[in-house]
Amino acid sequence: MKQTKFYDIHEKLGAKLVDFAGFKMPIQYTSIIEEHKCVRNSVGVFDVSHMGEVKVKGEKALDFVQFITVNDASKLVPGKVQYSAMCYEDAGIVDDLLVYKINDNEYMLVINASNIEKDLRWMNQNNSFGVSIIDETEEYSLLAVQGPYSDQVVRKLYPESGSLEYYTFTTAVYNDIPLLISRTGYTGELGYEIYFKGNVEQAEKIWNDIFSFGHEYKIKPVGLGARDSLRLEMGYCLYGNDIDQTTNTLEAGLGWITKLKKDNFIGKNSLLKVKENGLKRKLVAITSDEKCFPRHGYDITLEDKKIGVVTSGMVSPVTEKPIALAYVEIDYASVGGAVNFLIRGKEIPAKIVQLPFVKKII
Amino acid sequence: MNVPAELKYTKDHEWLKIEGSNGFIGITDYAQGELGDVVFVDIDPDLSELVKGESFGTIEAVKTVSDLYAPVSGKVIEVNSKLQDEPQLVNSDPYGEGWLIKIELTDKAQADELLGSESYKEQIS
Repeated sequence: MKQTKFYDIHEKLGAKLVDFAGFKMPIQYTSIIEEHKCVRNSVGVFDVSHMGEVKVKGEKALDFVQFITVNDASKLVPGKVQYSAMCYEDAGIVDDLLVYKINDNEYMLVINASNIEKDLRWMNQNNSFGVSIIDETEEYSLLAVQGPYSDQVVRKLYPESGSLEYYTFTTAVYNDIPLLISRTGYTGELGYEIYFKGNVEQAEKIWNDIFSFGHEYKIKPVGLGARDSLRLEMGYCLYGNDIDQTTNTLEAGLGWITKLKKDNFIGKNSLLKVKENGLKRKLVAITSDEKCFPRHGYDITLEDKKIGVVTSGMVSPVTEKPIALAYVEIDYASVGGAVNFLIRGKEIPAKIVQLPFVKKII
Repeated sequence: MNVPAELKYTKDHEWLKIEGSNGFIGITDYAQGELGDVVFVDIDPDLSELVKGESFGTIEAVKTVSDLYAPVSGKVIEVNSKLQDEPQLVNSDPYGEGWLIKIELTDKAQADELLGSESYKEQIS
């Protein structure tokens, strides 16, 4: 089992540690709901060092990224970040990822921990561009500092970070350690993700400094449990739950990152066909005024007929109402539509709504 | 781990506290810790009887849902209505304000078949 550089800190804090994608990761420190609210109201820190960092280097780095991802990476300038996805030929999703443009000859792809090996195999298999594909996951630590006061905290690491716009990044040096600071996150809040290489001692120093900078804002460590609940309130897809190799980006509501006018990329022909034939189902947001707890795998029904299935569900810590993402047959997938959660044999009235479940300005 | 000596326990992590011919039932400190944040407790408000070993409701926590099993049989006197608005009492005070249901025991001898605190401690260690 792999550990991040913050493992000892998590243990000392009494975190509940679980096996996740080959890593021992904190699922919660005190309470998922408390940690969730801390990020919505103040500021929290996540150790997400298990995420994969892959560098793509070479003269044809852009051509390679364009070929294996669905978004248009030619729109990136150095210092910009883009949300994207890699697809198979049949349009199934290999992974969703962030693309960082370092310079014309270098990109960093940030991929899901559970997909690192698979993604690397896929990238290497499709490298007809002579680029170097370098897995730097082990070297990188990654801390996400998220919440309305995150800028106050990150500013103390690097004063100019306050001027970072959403989905941009900068490099900085703190205590002789080079940092890559990006204004990104998975919570819907103002937030930053800080990438750096360093040993345990250096990583712990940065962690401890962040916590002393955030002391006045009651900064808290936040586990993967709240990371999941925060992203679900925003309706962000989670690979393995809402998207996988059996789903495509169009039905998952990721049409906005799927640039079908772009030159050839893997999955383009299948995606064009999906579009031409029309979607069969769609990922929708569902909520209910009833007391219930929808979970992954529960059926969505209408008049005793199964019309869909929940891919992610929970009770929102903010609205205290049940919220879910679900694939629903296209004829029933309109916003405002009445559907039911089928929970232990009982139909519970619910309705399809617009995302996000919790309104945020980021 | 808090395992009060005066209570009786089940393998499914419920506790029973006997007061005269009545009993209070809840889930143990260990159980609430394993479940994490309790979001709501679903016990039919019209429930009139518990049957030993049978499910009398469910407890929904952030990460999982768990059935509640009756440690003994009995007539329902009261369901803890405070949990409607404050389900987190199950986490913060599992043996006190976080109790689930109050019953009149049908057969007090059934309580003798439950685990004592020492046996329960062994089971969760």
